[in-house]
Amino acid sequence: MITVAHLTKRYGRHTAVDDVSFRCEPGTVTGFLGPNGAGKSTTMRMVCGLTPPSGGGATIAGRPYRELPNPGREVGVLLDASAQHAGRTGREALTMAAATMGVDRRQVATKLDLVGLNEVAAKRRLRAYSLGMRQRLGLAHALLGDPRVLILDEPANGLDPEGIFWMRGLLRDFADRGGTVLLSSHLLREVEAVADRLVVIGGGRIVAQGDKAELLAGGGTLVRARDGVTLRGALERAGLPATEGTEGLLVHADAEAVGQAAADAGVALTELRAAGGGGLEQLFLTLTAGASTREAVR
Amino acid sequence: MSTATTASPPTATATPRHPGVRRPSLLRLTGVELRKLVDTRAGLWLLITIGLFAAALVVVQLIWTDDAAQTFPNFFLPSMLPIGLLLPVLGILSITGEWSQRTALTTFALVPRRGRVVAAKLAAMVLAALASVLVSLGVAAVGTLVAAATGGAGTWRMEWALVLHAVVLQVTNVLMGAGFGLLLLNTPLAIVGYLLLPTLWSVLGEMIRPLHGPAGWLDTARTTEPLLTPEVTAGQWGRFAVSLLVWLAVPLVAGLLRTLRREVS
Repeated sequence: MITVAHLTKRYGRHTAVDDVSFRCEPGTVTGFLGPNGAGKSTTMRMVCGLTPPSGGGATIAGRPYRELPNPGREVGVLLDASAQHAGRTGREALTMAAATMGVDRRQVATKLDLVGLNEVAAKRRLRAYSLGMRQRLGLAHALLGDPRVLILDEPANGLDPEGIFWMRGLLRDFADRGGTVLLSSHLLREVEAVADRLVVIGGGRIVAQGDKAELLAGGGTLVRARDGVTLRGALERAGLPATEGTEGLLVHADAEAVGQAAADAGVALTELRAAGGGGLEQLFLTLTAGASTREAVR
Repeated sequence: MSTATTASPPTATATPRHPGVRRPSLLRLTGVELRKLVDTRAGLWLLITIGLFAAALVVVQLIWTDDAAQTFPNFFLPSMLPIGLLLPVLGILSITGEWSQRTALTTFALVPRRGRVVAAKLAAMVLAALASVLVSLGVAAVGTLVAAATGGAGTWRMEWALVLHAVVLQVTNVLMGAGFGLLLLNTPLAIVGYLLLPTLWSVLGEMIRPLHGPAGWLDTARTTEPLLTPEVTAGQWGRFAVSLLVWLAVPLVAGLLRTLRREVS
């Protein structure tokens, strides 16, 4: 479990992180979203004891990171996949971490295998690694101590679509086995598929947080059938008010209720889905639009 | 971290979840740091270069010096020179490399108590310095054997105090390098600072008359000179200690504070 309470970081007069609080529970994946420069990385570095906060604090399993006796065995951290010595081989980088944590050397091969880095890649020096390979190695590094908590900063960067799909599965599985995952991204779509909860940060402040379903709902359900008139009638009978949208009928109810109403009336649907993230997506776009100017300031 | 620390008292006695959740011992961390000295091409080649230099000096002496001068101490003392100059560079690299290669991010994430990492690095460097004295003794021994076989003096007699002095010199050398590395946290700056500043001070001390007095206490080139002879007086040890205070202790302590506080990004 990760608890972040009133975390604040000021650089001179610039406040990079402003009173950020949230919790990540075991068994969940929390997506930490925000445009570049919003304060995601600074927050994560503060959680990991690498950046001293100006105010507030964070704990992992009830303890501040710096007080964990052997942090690598409790928290897997991937903050920057490129933060490895370019002259070491992939295997050497992991062997070193294993030696530090006191993890069995055999775990190195196991974890390399798990993230899909083969024998050839493991023997190569890191300067020859692509960003995607570095991310995989970074993930292996984070998983090396068999931790219960994962903190990953933009882990999907540089991964190809297949790699992103694979990583989602890995993180989902990790959380389903009781692990806690905090992962950041500047792309809503990237974490939407895997996160249970979302924390959205902009300009150093939290602008929204909650269950993904809750945050993404509100837009209602979009439904379409070849026989639009019958569908409309069926929805009315079920007491679900619908409005005509550009793409189909927009219903203020969840997909299950709408589908059931259609099934009861024997209408064949051609489309049934959440009508887009509405508020959240709009909010996110607004944040991103203003972000490019803040980008330069760390 | 302050607010959170007060909230939860240390629970180090709580049953560990993993058997290996105990904090890594200094011994283990030192082992890791020793390995880091040699597991990159830069580090490995620097070590090989140092060894080759030491060996080359012996060869040069075997070919060009007088037969009578080809003795064990005469091979031993010069072989320390390239080591004393270059081994601290390896120490500097092991510290500044963490920042230039950005491995500090992973190193300090695994061992958040940075003082322990620094202590392990210093221990690794001291061990390397001790090993370097063994290397010096080794090449000197080979030199002496060859000299004896090729008509040189080949005498073994040496005051053993010299070995002790050699150990002190090499250990202080690497620690001085470490001090500069910790303080400047930047590879080129630290290497240039370590190699140049004491020399610059030597030159100034020679040139400027009012500096003659202080230079006798602060110029490491002068204060270390007596250690290359078997006899060192108390006064000479005193001057050596004072110069170390300025060139070793101050950078080391200031550098340690800087490293502990610096933000890792």
